[in-house]
Amino acid sequence: MTEVVIAGIGQTQIGEHWELSLRNLAVDAIQAALRDSGGLKPQALFVGNMLAPNLSNQAHLGALIAEYAGLHGIEAVTVEASGASGGAALRQGYLAIASGMADVALVVGVEKFTDKIGADVEESTATENDADFESIHGLTITAQAALVMKRYMYENKVPENGFAGFALTAHANGVANKNAAFRKAIKAETYAKAEMVSEPLKIFDMAPHLDGAAAVVLTRRELIPSDCQHPPVKIAGSAASSDTLALHDRKDMLYFDTAQISAGKAIKQAGIVLDQINFFEYHDIFSIYAALQLEAVGFAVRGQGWKLAEEGVIGLKGRIPCATMGGMKARGFAGGAAGLYQAVEAVTQLRGHAGANQIAGAKFGLIQSLGGPASTAVSHILAGME
Amino acid sequence: MEIPRHWRLKKQRYGLVGEICPHCDHKIFPPRDVCPNCGDEAKEQFTFSGKGEVYSYTTVYEAPAGFDSNAPYTVAIVKLEEGPMLTAQLTDLDEQPIQIGMPVEMVTRKMRNDGDERGVIVYGYKFRPSRFIPTT
Repeated sequence: MTEVVIAGIGQTQIGEHWELSLRNLAVDAIQAALRDSGGLKPQALFVGNMLAPNLSNQAHLGALIAEYAGLHGIEAVTVEASGASGGAALRQGYLAIASGMADVALVVGVEKFTDKIGADVEESTATENDADFESIHGLTITAQAALVMKRYMYENKVPENGFAGFALTAHANGVANKNAAFRKAIKAETYAKAEMVSEPLKIFDMAPHLDGAAAVVLTRRELIPSDCQHPPVKIAGSAASSDTLALHDRKDMLYFDTAQISAGKAIKQAGIVLDQINFFEYHDIFSIYAALQLEAVGFAVRGQGWKLAEEGVIGLKGRIPCATMGGMKARGFAGGAAGLYQAVEAVTQLRGHAGANQIAGAKFGLIQSLGGPASTAVSHILAGME
Repeated sequence: MEIPRHWRLKKQRYGLVGEICPHCDHKIFPPRDVCPNCGDEAKEQFTFSGKGEVYSYTTVYEAPAGFDSNAPYTVAIVKLEEGPMLTAQLTDLDEQPIQIGMPVEMVTRKMRNDGDERGVIVYGYKFRPSRFIPTT
């Protein structure tokens, strides 16, 4: 099959961008990625977005963003899979190149959370739950994660503050990332004293919902411009999987099937084994989801994922570094852009450009994008090339 | 206003009407017409008893629009005694502490306002602590 490479990356800082609209953010990330690619000309644009029709009263982002980016006439569509929209859009770009139907594809993820506040944002994000049987009962996405966390702590006898390590790791890694929303390390006491959001989930168990955009330019290896200034990175594996939206419809709500299935397929396609993965960008929108991904992918045995954070296994010098640039917790969660931030950061690691956060000798990175409680999971293995 | 959407779910909201699979006897709630156990078609109606136990629970302080006037409220996953689980609010708790495994029973309550003051009031199932100790 065609070797698909990421030739360019771009991202905006994540934050409360009052002065920037959805389209401004997307175009900023696109222009940065196209510049980084050495001036490749995309034939197709895939936009990862989660909630613009709701949060921004704006649908039809494909054409909107293509036009604003000056890409008149190209094919352009939106890809939506809730929080996994970015990963799903990346996979559509991958398929476009791998199939030979496009030579250069542009993938951008974008979200604008801060045009609405409070109850309106809760109502918007709750649309990712089952509307007829979850959201109508007043279930928010945070309460949904809290239900999983409560049962997980009960079954696995997790002590209070047992999940602190996820936030501590993320915030420590966010310090050196100039695009992160939060660049300050936190202490265990800060986590412990934090406000309860939905018992047992505390404020540091959830990622901040903010504005941002990230983009990648995909092409075939032979089309990389000869004067390209950085080492190429390829997509060695790509897979997606789906499950019920509603937690109550799961056979087992404490095991993320889709995370296992999609990661397993991507790893197999890449022709590697789990031990060869040098870092893991998980979808830490909630710390409980990070723990369940570590278990589903196979880095921890069932019920023990939370211990990896406590024992420092996921730190930059640990056995399997996670959230290496701050993750969603510290870098910030920008909805449909989340999966693209993961890709941009993984490419940065594999190019050896991650500065203070560099994983020495990183060759393979796993990125995993979740929609809801892993109702969708999209996994990619990115690999450095000689 | 989403009147048809709430109207067509009235059997589920007021009566916990789900389905039973004619092929494997698996009981299904919410109804979905395809049996999650065996994969065959399952459209035969089955009315659940409304008895169950708390599988997990949490409290919502930051509620979505339409629910914010009721916050804080408790949401639970309830395991029905016939097997399936559902999501619902717990109600009539008074000062009673909630625990995983606590027996609960279905009641009909106001769930939300549909929009403004003159909007439709949506009624449906919530669960309260059981008044009787289950015999099974």
